[in-house]
Amino acid sequence: MAEFDVKTRELLFNYILGIADDRLILGHRLSEWCGHAPIIEEDIAMANIALDCIGEADAFYKLAATFDTEGRSADDLAFLRDSTEFRNVQLSEQPNTDFAWTIARQFFTDAFYVPFFEELAKSSYEELAAPGAKALKEVKYHLRHSREWILRLGDGTEESNSRLQDAVDNLWMYTREFFEFSDSVKLLYELDIVPDNSALLEKWKETVLPVLKDALITIPEDPPYFATGGRNGLHTEHLGHLLAEMQVLPRTYPDAKW
Amino acid sequence: MEDEKKLAEFQTRLKNGESIEPKDWMPERYRKQLVRMISQHAHSEIVGMLPEGNWITRAPNLRRKMALLAKVQDEAGHGLYLYSAAETLGVDRESMINDLLSGKAKYSSIFNYPTLTWADIGVIGWLVDGAAIVNQTMLAKSSYGPYSRANLRICREENFHKKQGYEIVATLANGTDAQRKMIQESVNRWWWPSLMMFGPTDKDSPNSAELTKWKVKIHSNDDLRQRFVDLTVPQAKAVNITFPDPDLKFNEETGHWEFGEIDWNEFYRVIKGYGPMNRERMNARKKAHEDGRWVREAAEAYAKKKKVLHEN
Amino acid sequence: MTKTTEDQWPMWEVFLQSKQGAPHEHAGSLHAPDAEMAIQNARDVYSRRNEAISIWVVRSEDIISTSPSDAGPFFDPATDKIFRYPKFYSIPKGVRGV
Repeated sequence: MAEFDVKTRELLFNYILGIADDRLILGHRLSEWCGHAPIIEEDIAMANIALDCIGEADAFYKLAATFDTEGRSADDLAFLRDSTEFRNVQLSEQPNTDFAWTIARQFFTDAFYVPFFEELAKSSYEELAAPGAKALKEVKYHLRHSREWILRLGDGTEESNSRLQDAVDNLWMYTREFFEFSDSVKLLYELDIVPDNSALLEKWKETVLPVLKDALITIPEDPPYFATGGRNGLHTEHLGHLLAEMQVLPRTYPDAKW
Repeated sequence: MEDEKKLAEFQTRLKNGESIEPKDWMPERYRKQLVRMISQHAHSEIVGMLPEGNWITRAPNLRRKMALLAKVQDEAGHGLYLYSAAETLGVDRESMINDLLSGKAKYSSIFNYPTLTWADIGVIGWLVDGAAIVNQTMLAKSSYGPYSRANLRICREENFHKKQGYEIVATLANGTDAQRKMIQESVNRWWWPSLMMFGPTDKDSPNSAELTKWKVKIHSNDDLRQRFVDLTVPQAKAVNITFPDPDLKFNEETGHWEFGEIDWNEFYRVIKGYGPMNRERMNARKKAHEDGRWVREAAEAYAKKKKVLHEN
Repeated sequence: MTKTTEDQWPMWEVFLQSKQGAPHEHAGSLHAPDAEMAIQNARDVYSRRNEAISIWVVRSEDIISTSPSDAGPFFDPATDKIFRYPKFYSIPKGVRGV
């Protein structure tokens, strides 16, 4: 294993948690559909994507755990941290208001994670590059799935178009956190461990904008405020409820193994 | 006359153990009974996603969460295989689903019981899937080709379901006091409904005789129930779990576990729609179907537009 | 038997190739609004355990099949052409690899 100094280990811990939390919270949201999707085929498809996401989270939590000064396991990190310690982008915790919200949230996420994992897979730190490469294969398929649904909902019926437009309008302000290039990320970037994610915004737009246009969706004006704070533990009200549900057993029975 | 000759030929084919395929001639009753049975089986898979789905968001660790999600996903797949098998008999999925939602079609009553604790997830995998596997292993040998093949695929995929259930049961049984209490309480609730899954006793089963005649079923309800009890009692003993039946005892002579009388009043009451969760289960399915309508319509509208574009 | 009722997507047949060089074999069917979704659904429904490296989908209504009444006349003529089978030919004892 690569040797990192204490400062770098702390930065890496937080950085990897950000990825793991993004994938877990998104996967959890998708799993809420199980049994309630618009058609059985889609139930299966969404469960598949959820399983990919949670599997990726598991891999990144395991790696993060190797940097944890408190010696927590992957499960401890997922099930015993409070919402203010979660580092996911706020987009991933947004609720499944309807299928259009789920698809828009997914598409915006996939459009970031495809180029992101492409870059992460090139990390000089092998332990980080490997799960990145594995996840890349999965998110490529996720993007294909969400893109196709954006087209169908946008260019489907009047109702589907207006529902998707509503979802896009509501979620647009949550689409910039992925590209925040904080000082701590910058330090890791300079060590050639992580990509410059601010540079991925252009790629994201290249993926997202033409598809929305083809889907007859009006691209929202950039608002004066883009949501921020998730990477530092500041979230929307939704995350607390999600975690209360997700963490109930390990929290209620702290001495139990499952 | 013609039909009688065909019927005789058909009976001979069944007797020779031949498999019947969709385009083959078949008696109307055979087709009807199959549609009833296969669609009922499919509905059970789909409604069966709900009680377990209830715990996906509360699974206690990442491994359990993934296993449960994969299992419930499999059930969606199995529902789909079974609907496809029924569709080969000339009914479409949409009309089968409408029959379910209107209350005309039945599904396995076991899913009208609630999942109240995490232990229920283990117990469903162990007892409910265990009972289903006993049944489906038989159905994999049924005379109708598409149904038998669907069951074969289902059995192959389900072998992990029972194991994951029993693993949860064993973990809880060897866990803290609270966990041991949780698992025993859950087994107490699920044991009798699991035995009811095999259907009424042979003398009261109106469809069994006919299904046996058509070689759709090979063993009787009571035989299968006995097989399940014989398999399951030692598994409970291995983890120090008891079943809530004072009459349960081993008969040295027959080599079988004897068990007490099933509460058939409860069985018929739940079938008639008055179990703890009948209404909620149907409401959940109706809501998913209604909420999904605009999505299905959108995809269809899009496909039509693209087709027109393509043709011009 | 493709349904075009307003509330049901058409049916597709799914064929999977399990490994390089193997034939595509029928795996089952599903409903999808169009070819792209049929392919995606086929992957999710019939290859959850890595059963496939390649997938074909075809509209169920586009499949032409023989009917059971053809069974005799359609296939019997082939069964007496035993010269199509290697067992028809004898080779001297002790010769291998033919």
